[in-house]
Amino acid sequence: MSLQIQNLTKIYGQQKAVDNISFAIGEGEIVGFLGPNGAGKSTTIKIATGYVPPTQGKVTVGGYDVVQQPMQVKKIIGYLPEHNPLYLDMFVHEYLHFIGGVYQMPARLLQPRIKEIIEMCGLGREQNKLIGSLSKGYRQRVGLAQALIHNPEVLILDEPTSGLDPNQLIEIRTLIKKISYNKTVIFSTHIMQEVQALCDRVIVINHGQLVADDLLKNLVEQKGNSTVTVVEFKFPVSQDDLSALPGVKKVIAEGNQFRVFSKEGEDVRPELFRFAAEKNNSLLSLKHEENSMEEIFKSLTISPPA
Amino acid sequence: MIRIFEKEFNSFLNSLIAYLVIGVFLTAIGLLLWVFPENVMDYGFADMDTLFSMAPFVFIFLIPAVTMKSFAEENKMGTMELLLTKPLSDWDIVLGKFGASFALTLVALLPSLIYYFSISALGNPAGNIDTAGVIGSYIGLSLLALVFCAIGILASSLTVNQIVSFLLAAFLCFIFYTGFDKLATLSGRFALTIKQFGILYHYEALSKGLIDSRDVIYFLSVAGLMLLGTKTVVGSRQW
Repeated sequence: MSLQIQNLTKIYGQQKAVDNISFAIGEGEIVGFLGPNGAGKSTTIKIATGYVPPTQGKVTVGGYDVVQQPMQVKKIIGYLPEHNPLYLDMFVHEYLHFIGGVYQMPARLLQPRIKEIIEMCGLGREQNKLIGSLSKGYRQRVGLAQALIHNPEVLILDEPTSGLDPNQLIEIRTLIKKISYNKTVIFSTHIMQEVQALCDRVIVINHGQLVADDLLKNLVEQKGNSTVTVVEFKFPVSQDDLSALPGVKKVIAEGNQFRVFSKEGEDVRPELFRFAAEKNNSLLSLKHEENSMEEIFKSLTISPPA
Repeated sequence: MIRIFEKEFNSFLNSLIAYLVIGVFLTAIGLLLWVFPENVMDYGFADMDTLFSMAPFVFIFLIPAVTMKSFAEENKMGTMELLLTKPLSDWDIVLGKFGASFALTLVALLPSLIYYFSISALGNPAGNIDTAGVIGSYIGLSLLALVFCAIGILASSLTVNQIVSFLLAAFLCFIFYTGFDKLATLSGRFALTIKQFGILYHYEALSKGLIDSRDVIYFLSVAGLMLLGTKTVVGSRQW
């Protein structure tokens, strides 16, 4: 097991940031660590990287306990912290040299490795620039490069794509996909599509508790057995009338719109048309949604703490 | 540790800080020694007392300026998390940063040796200068810089604001340098004990050219205590 978390609890003052979660990640897996903001993702990651100690529970990385043998753990981890802190007054090349030195890489190996990493992360043109003068996307690449310089067994990325524009987002995702070859990667995000684009397995936490740990396709199957139709009428209608329609599982009102959840395998759209016609009402919009990633995310994380 | 030292020292050299510190120190000391009234020429004796009595006051402002950035900025930028998740011990980080600040101070101090040779040459007969006293004073001044750097590093680790760090360090340096000495004049019975807490007492003893192990131990233990405090502050994330 590359990363094993057993009954991990972290309490900050009065607040339980992480509440008794356990999971294990095998070698070579890419796992998305998902949850809304403030769910405890970063706290879990900070514990796994040895930055803060757990209140209770045990975390091992590559077989080393993070509390007992922090140095060994830190050597095999590559970590990109949230918000990607960097020394803005250093040059890209200089910075990678410094980080490589911190990992005690011999100078003979370090030079070719820096070259390789710069190539891999697409920093070729920027390598002699000040980090402070780089755009956010390139800074993120530098952050990834420093996490990768010592060829770590385990790569931990805390929200690697937050705050990037759509193009940069795709570039960084592609890059993560490329570098994740042969490594155990765990990355946190609150964007479902990201998980879909990058990995097979997903761990979802909410309010510090583990709410799902499964392959993505299983989650889609379990949660995806109803489709959603978003409908808007010209004149007000009652929610109860909609719920009474055949094939409808439940209805949620969202302003003027209704989200109509249909039962498995049924299409409620003809019913909705008929309903509108009967009531002399007009349909303003009717949108059929496949059970989207957002829907799964919502259904997993919207519930209040147990 | 050596990596942190290198990084910090390079960052001094790559920014204006190093040149500014060296320039300001030498200008201030040079003016006090050679130009301002009551300089060594007016005085008529070939000694460097002005340098050694004024340099600590220059250091009270300069050293906090050197150290104020060391932890405060890392804390502010979040790069502390980066360092602490690398295979570095807390001591590596504290001593690396401390060492770089101290080294920069020594580099600033080094060119003032020229004043020794020029004053020595101006003596009548040439070379008539209390060399032992000067050596003792340089050792004393280096040890004083050691303590000031340790105080500065501690102040920097306590805050994310560089200005707070600077003011705190300058204030603590001042208290340690003359504060205890002045306090001693206020109290009757324990005057000597209180005086011995301050830097000035030990610094003056070294200036006479007598390297007493008690004075050296005083400087080393105050610096050690400050660094231990810094290490504790850095480690406090674990509490």
